[in-house]
Amino acid sequence: MNETVKKHSKLGKDKWGYIFLIPFFVVFLVFSFYPLIQTIYFSFFDHYFSQTDFDYVNKFVGLKNYKALFSAGTARLFFNTMILWVMGFIPQILFSLLLASWFANNRLRIRAAGFFKAVIYLPNLIMAIAFGMMFFTMFSRGGPVHQIFESFGMSKDYDLFFHIAPTRSLIAFINFIMWFGNTTILLMAGIMGINESLFEAAEVDGASQFQVFRKITLPILKPILVYVLITSLIGGIQMYDVPEVVTKGSGMPMNKDIFSTNVPAAETVIMRLAQYISKSKNYGSAGALSVMLLFITGILSFVVYKFMAKDED
Amino acid sequence: MSKKIQSDLIPNEMNQTEAAPEETSLQAIAAEEMLQKNSGKSPYTVKKSMGMGTIRVIAYLVLTALSVLCLIWFYLLFINATRSHSQITTGVSFVPGDQLLNNLKKLQNSTLDFFRGTLNSAIIAFSSAILNVYFSMMTAYAIHAYRFKGRKAVHVFILAIMMIPTQVTSLGFYRLVVDTLKMKDSFIPLIVPSIAAPVTYFYIVQYMKSNLPMSLIEAARIDGCFEVSILNRIVLPLMKPALAVQLIFAFVASWNNYYMPAMILSSSKKRTLPILIYTLRAATEKDKDLGFQYVAMALSVLPVIVVYIFFAKNIVGGVSVGGVKE
Repeated sequence: MNETVKKHSKLGKDKWGYIFLIPFFVVFLVFSFYPLIQTIYFSFFDHYFSQTDFDYVNKFVGLKNYKALFSAGTARLFFNTMILWVMGFIPQILFSLLLASWFANNRLRIRAAGFFKAVIYLPNLIMAIAFGMMFFTMFSRGGPVHQIFESFGMSKDYDLFFHIAPTRSLIAFINFIMWFGNTTILLMAGIMGINESLFEAAEVDGASQFQVFRKITLPILKPILVYVLITSLIGGIQMYDVPEVVTKGSGMPMNKDIFSTNVPAAETVIMRLAQYISKSKNYGSAGALSVMLLFITGILSFVVYKFMAKDED
Repeated sequence: MSKKIQSDLIPNEMNQTEAAPEETSLQAIAAEEMLQKNSGKSPYTVKKSMGMGTIRVIAYLVLTALSVLCLIWFYLLFINATRSHSQITTGVSFVPGDQLLNNLKKLQNSTLDFFRGTLNSAIIAFSSAILNVYFSMMTAYAIHAYRFKGRKAVHVFILAIMMIPTQVTSLGFYRLVVDTLKMKDSFIPLIVPSIAAPVTYFYIVQYMKSNLPMSLIEAARIDGCFEVSILNRIVLPLMKPALAVQLIFAFVASWNNYYMPAMILSSSKKRTLPILIYTLRAATEKDKDLGFQYVAMALSVLPVIVVYIFFAKNIVGGVSVGGVKE
């Protein structure tokens, strides 16, 4: 292929490769790369309102903003984000594995598989803000789900959103509903790629469905599982819309535990970042937090890349 | 023991598979070896497990339950959109009410301009989806069809930036838009950045590998076609299936986006639907009108659901192709 292209294409044609790349790279440089440099730059400054100048000023503070990140408050934010992610991810991966192995099983032959797949994928396309708001309205006092709970003996005045465990569980549940369909489809594509004869041979040898799953499906699926785990983790770190709307941006309810910080139980890292940028104008802390996030997602992406590359050998 | 399982399975096998599987002894041995290697014990010591019939029943039960769990919220949403605030607070209903027009009228008269919001969302989502898909195709074509210096490096670079979350650069982006470009409240900073879309690029470049033979482009060149018109007149029509799916994904992503628009759009005339939905959350107990809230939420999810009903098959197909590295 490479040879024929070189032979046939006249000299100079290949410069069009560069020309066609211009729009992408101009936009990338202006709207991603320059902002990234700005973000890093601001992480070394304090941005505050000066009473003498009657305006915001920047003061170089070196690594002060980074040092401030190593605090109980930041740890709490990451802990909140991770617990919300884990609570959603565990049922997500379990159900997805189960469903994917069923959908891909030729002998099981699920009828209307296309319909089921379409239904479980639907929540992934729904506006997270509207989906979160929907759940808030339905689970809050006077909402239909609250009314159903009342018929099982819950007090009419009980407000789920004043309590840590119910609030976190609801946010995790929303994430589960929104993402298990997507994961199912990804895993299914992986299972479909497994040579059918392996399953048949195992069956002839009398392996049970569970054994086939554990000894054939899972080991072959490992690279895709790692891919799903890490991309989901990267997505989890970015969790914002759902907890933002469910807690009205507050991250409430408040924590009263060993951390003894004043960080609410459902406030995520990105909720804090958004607050720094557009509300408190605390650009220094926002910058340092962004750099930290870049670092974390960079490492995670690198792991995926290495893992997938190793798998191809 | 294993014989018994086999005899259980054989009738099933005959009913279910049209063509008898061509079982070579080599494959069987390979699988057996694999089983033994992994378990350390012979596969013949297996306990009898559930039959295929039982699994099928369980599968349908679980699938139905999960489907209900996915859909019930939309059902309740649309039902409640047709009921008044007082009807909603008195109890759950699974049949529609008669207040839909009333709720829509409230929506029209509200200070929260949801119809304007729908228009704003549509303008931003359409424009950014078209830019996203067209320029991703152009970028993918540059990598696919030309052999220039640094081509591989560019490809790897785009894949590397694919994983960077947009939030990481959002501080700089916000400062650039608001302070440097003075574009607060403008749609442009929400539309133009879609031109650089690594995920769409990745999907389209994969699609080109298997669907865009170089011989075709060579033939067009011999016919004297200009490079830009090859892209627009030959490549674009061939890419239609992939572009359509990516167009939908890009539209939906922009339609649902809240993080950046909420920072940049501030005046009431410029707000998009997610921003308006969010303001509902701030309504106090006193002036809360649930009928109004439900109809507003229904309006914001309905377009996506309608598009999905028509293109579900292509969209689900697009997820599995785009999501997994070949």
